[in-house]
Amino acid sequence: MISQFFVLSQRGDHIVFRDYRGEVPKGSAEIFFRKVKFWNDDEAEEAPPVFDFGYPQTTSTEVLKSYIFNEPIMVDAGRLPPLGPAAMFMQGTKRMPGTAVTKSVVATEPGGKKREEIFVDIIERISVTFSSSGYILTSEIDGTIQMKSYLSGNPEIRLALNEDLSIGRTGSSTFDYRSSSGGGTVVLDDCNFHESVHLDSFDIDRTLSLIPPDGEFPVMNYRMTQEFKPPFRVTALIEEAGPSRAEVLLKIRADFSANVTANTITVQMPVPSYTMRASFELEAGAVGQTTDFKEGSRRLEWNLKKAIAFTVLTYFFISQLQRILLCNIFYVLLWNAGNLTKEAGPVNMNFTIPMYNASKLQVRYLQIAKKSKTYNPYRWVRYVTQANSYVARL
Amino acid sequence: MAPTVPTAAKSASPSQPSGKSEVADLKQQLRQLAGSRAPDADDQRRDVFKRVISCMTAGIDVSAAFGEMVMCSATSDVVTKKMCYLYVGAHARAHPDLALLTINFLQRDCRDQDPTIRGLALRSLCSLRVPNLVEYLVTPLTTGLKDPSAYVRMIAAVGAAKLYHISATACLDADLPASLKALMLSDPDAQVVANCLHALQEIWTLEAANSESAAREIERHYIASQLYFTLLNRIKEFSEWAQCTVLELASKFLPSDNNEIFDIMNLLEDRLQHANGAVVLATIKVFLHLTMSMTDVHQQVYERIKAPLLTLVGAGSPEQSYSVLCHLHLLVMRAPMLFSSDYKSFYCQFSDPSYVKKLKLEMLTAIANESNTYEIVTELCEYAGNVDVPIARESIRAVGKIALQQYDVNAIVDRLLQFLEMDKDYVTAETLVLVKDLLRKYPQWSHDCIAVVGNISSKNIQEPKGKAALIWMLGEYSQDMHDAPYILEGLVENWDEEHSPEVRLHLLTAVMKCFFKRPPETQKALGATLAAGISDTHQDVHDRALFYYRLLQYDPSVAERVVNPPKQAVSVFADMQSSEMKDRIFDEFNSLSVPSYLFTDKDHRGPFEYSEDLTNLTVGAEDPENVISAQRYQENDNDLLLSTSDKEDNGTRVSNGSSTSSYNAPSDLISPSLLSSQPPAESALMTTGVPTSSSLSNFGLDDLLGLGVTEAPAPRPPPALTLNSKPVLDPGTFQRKWGQLALSLSQECSLSPQGAAALMNPQSLIRHMQGNYIQCIASGGQPPNYKFFFYAQKDGVTAFFLVECIINTASAKAQLKIKADDGTAAEAFSTLFQSALSKFGLS
Repeated sequence: MISQFFVLSQRGDHIVFRDYRGEVPKGSAEIFFRKVKFWNDDEAEEAPPVFDFGYPQTTSTEVLKSYIFNEPIMVDAGRLPPLGPAAMFMQGTKRMPGTAVTKSVVATEPGGKKREEIFVDIIERISVTFSSSGYILTSEIDGTIQMKSYLSGNPEIRLALNEDLSIGRTGSSTFDYRSSSGGGTVVLDDCNFHESVHLDSFDIDRTLSLIPPDGEFPVMNYRMTQEFKPPFRVTALIEEAGPSRAEVLLKIRADFSANVTANTITVQMPVPSYTMRASFELEAGAVGQTTDFKEGSRRLEWNLKKAIAFTVLTYFFISQLQRILLCNIFYVLLWNAGNLTKEAGPVNMNFTIPMYNASKLQVRYLQIAKKSKTYNPYRWVRYVTQANSYVARL
Repeated sequence: MAPTVPTAAKSASPSQPSGKSEVADLKQQLRQLAGSRAPDADDQRRDVFKRVISCMTAGIDVSAAFGEMVMCSATSDVVTKKMCYLYVGAHARAHPDLALLTINFLQRDCRDQDPTIRGLALRSLCSLRVPNLVEYLVTPLTTGLKDPSAYVRMIAAVGAAKLYHISATACLDADLPASLKALMLSDPDAQVVANCLHALQEIWTLEAANSESAAREIERHYIASQLYFTLLNRIKEFSEWAQCTVLELASKFLPSDNNEIFDIMNLLEDRLQHANGAVVLATIKVFLHLTMSMTDVHQQVYERIKAPLLTLVGAGSPEQSYSVLCHLHLLVMRAPMLFSSDYKSFYCQFSDPSYVKKLKLEMLTAIANESNTYEIVTELCEYAGNVDVPIARESIRAVGKIALQQYDVNAIVDRLLQFLEMDKDYVTAETLVLVKDLLRKYPQWSHDCIAVVGNISSKNIQEPKGKAALIWMLGEYSQDMHDAPYILEGLVENWDEEHSPEVRLHLLTAVMKCFFKRPPETQKALGATLAAGISDTHQDVHDRALFYYRLLQYDPSVAERVVNPPKQAVSVFADMQSSEMKDRIFDEFNSLSVPSYLFTDKDHRGPFEYSEDLTNLTVGAEDPENVISAQRYQENDNDLLLSTSDKEDNGTRVSNGSSTSSYNAPSDLISPSLLSSQPPAESALMTTGVPTSSSLSNFGLDDLLGLGVTEAPAPRPPPALTLNSKPVLDPGTFQRKWGQLALSLSQECSLSPQGAAALMNPQSLIRHMQGNYIQCIASGGQPPNYKFFFYAQKDGVTAFFLVECIINTASAKAQLKIKADDGTAAEAFSTLFQSALSKFGLS
């Protein structure tokens, strides 16, 4: 239960204060505040009567909304830090209806009419660790199917996933790579579902039915350790090249099809603390790439705005080429060079790939219960893959 | 209820209206509106009320307008009513007399046609918190519980709990708990049921605490399985919060048979797939607690909950992951075996915050076993080069802990030694501490470790822990490390620059140890050390130096036994947490205790450590007068060494702050007894440059002073009979055995002339024999006659050989008396012994 409820300004003033039970001694809240820093700065109206004697009476945002009578004060989206996993759609890509996602729950078209639309985002955060020889040591996908509904009247929705989707790995040990590599079937280790999801037909045809509450919520979270094809192959090499000089070779191969582009790629590599300078040598014709040596944190940084899989059309297949970048670091060797690999690295990579998902989990269809013949809301199904921990060891 | 921010502070901010004048203004306006029948009066009231409420929520004291607000409360506008209720609820307690005025209109509203107004009025009525108005509460509550609208019943249920808090007797006299229970078991609305449960739990808990008969009565409610099954069958209807409450209740259920357990578990199975972490954790708690008595099912539960927990770890924010991970950590610590195949799930990810990484490292350490040690240690070694230094340190410690608990020690020792080659100061320091611990547990690795450790320059180690560990090894293995006395001497020269008392204490002990192993080389350093130690400003260092000095003065052989007793390998290091603690936290699964356990355990360990000190204290205090008893001494000292090192170990693992004080406690306890029995003699020490020489005269070493040790140990002969390279025998056992065993062989043999000459330094013979795996337990004598007692142990068995060897350097003859546990091997041992002896001095 909740005894007291505070919404505070950044300075610590009470914007909203409620005492539900009148049992907390005066001033005890102050002790708490003294130890906490505040970041909230929202205009809040009357705390809705969702608590009675400290017991929440509902946890549904839908019901909560009905308690709010004031007109929402729109906050400039640019000022707000991105929230939630769908925030990645806000990174300026023209290909997605990115602006729609940042809209307030009360979505209105310029004409003042509500626009009927629903977004389903399949967001995957992938973790891959490559060994020094380029093998995959561990790989994992943490995925979420995020839904954002602006549909009036909360119609029922059916969301169909891959028919061959299976849940729970049969093998005794996880990370067993023998099973079904690239064989098409998607095997999730485990998943969980939002309250509103009905799983009645899930076992038969992998369909989720739900009546979505307004606003954004995760329909399903899933985890997969089945082997998958990583979007980038990373190999890194550090070698001595003279008495006080070493050469680092970073090779990143984009391993995805031509209609997909990865953006905002950052590659970082810590180098030995005695590194003095670094100079770089980019592949000829590289555009939109920057390299830097961060002296403070002893890190090499390589930023790429975009990475398109280089495609060469031959008679019957599309093949991917490598993008290779060479950076030469100069540094002063103080002790023996045998420890180079232990003091540098690992290489860490960050990226976002819209319209790509590593797990091959698909939304087969998104069905909305029709209210009338003319009712045809906008549906957006979007995929995005993001690096969580994408590491190549030296 | 009181606004906690003073009005004055408020008025300073430009956005807020200044409190006082605002309230006066509002009062004025309310008064005007009170009797107004103007057509727009309702709208005006609404506006003024809005301003009052916004002042109130901003923390301005608007209680002065109470009377005016009540006057305006007669309105039919729902919004105005709602605001009025809110205001009245907030201020009634401060104005009980005025609150009476509100009763009338609230009671009337409780009978309104609109269920919303009925509900709101009832809620406000119950929220007045004015004791003398209780009589007006009971009737509306009783009717409220039977109201056709679920909304009103919902409010009435919580209202009953509110009433109980104002006046328990009023609540019980009206028999509200019984009505609540009936409602809970039958109401079609889930939220009404949930509120009944909340209210009943509050009432029952407080009642049970009040009287024993009530407690027994209430116990009966909790035992009834009907309660649990009614609630659990409807669990999907409840809000997430209420689900958690029901699940928490279910975890206390005492099933009458196993079928009930399985029923519940089947019922709740799908809750494990819930996206809300709180629901999943609450379900897990039910599963774990229900199956406590069924070992195999309990294990299956662990298997079942692994995947949902790991999904939760991956799905949420780092903060949510952390709290789930803490629960996982608790489970891993309880049953590491069950998680051993999932070790890869606990690998650190680049993006993990350090607090998550730290937990994962602990879990990796716990689940390491034969099958996964190699992979885990390989992974941990990768982290050792991590840019995040605290995590790199943790990883190294984790490797060490795995080595201490695990099987594949050989490979791990190699890895640890590779760390030393990395030449990062913190890596070296952490590794040294671990190598020290390893050697205490596995003395057989000393050769490999010492070879590497010997190459480390003490100048490169800055951290006290690492330095202390290195010094400990220098002292302990000074016979194997060629340079040990000189390195120690160098360290002693820089005594004043050594800031850490812990290092200085270790240095004292190490020099003492080294002295007994290689006296001529260390004697000078020992004098300097003791002098420096006695003049040290740190009390513990001072005391220990004085203690050593007097011990040497009293009897060097006793001192040797105190400082260099035969070491027994430490089999178990002090456990991190008592199992009792773990159980207690497990009982509080899915509560704040689980994550906070990591922060509070330091406090919990505090008293435990203290109690350890107390036991030492009693040991030390038992015989303050009995300083003469050497046997006692040794006991004390064994205690002392053990406890100090154990504590030090704790300190290394947990906190750096507290270790120094606890570490020194035992030596504090012993030195006062010495101080009282002998007058201090610092002044003498200060003036004599080599203070130990006089005290050593009765040890028969005077004549050896100044002799350099140029002889290198002889190469080892290929032994016919293989001996244990590290036999352990303490002097007491030796003496007993010598008394018990019959003489197996008595022989006379001759020494080479070079050998006889080399015997000018008896220590060199002792070292030579040690090279042949024959240990000396005691030696003595004056030229030309020396007497040695040796012992050796047959490799692989416990059979010992004991030797008395009297050597006359003038005639270069030796008389041997051999006693053996296994008489048949005595002949072979004798040959071995003689061949070893004959090679003495030849190289």
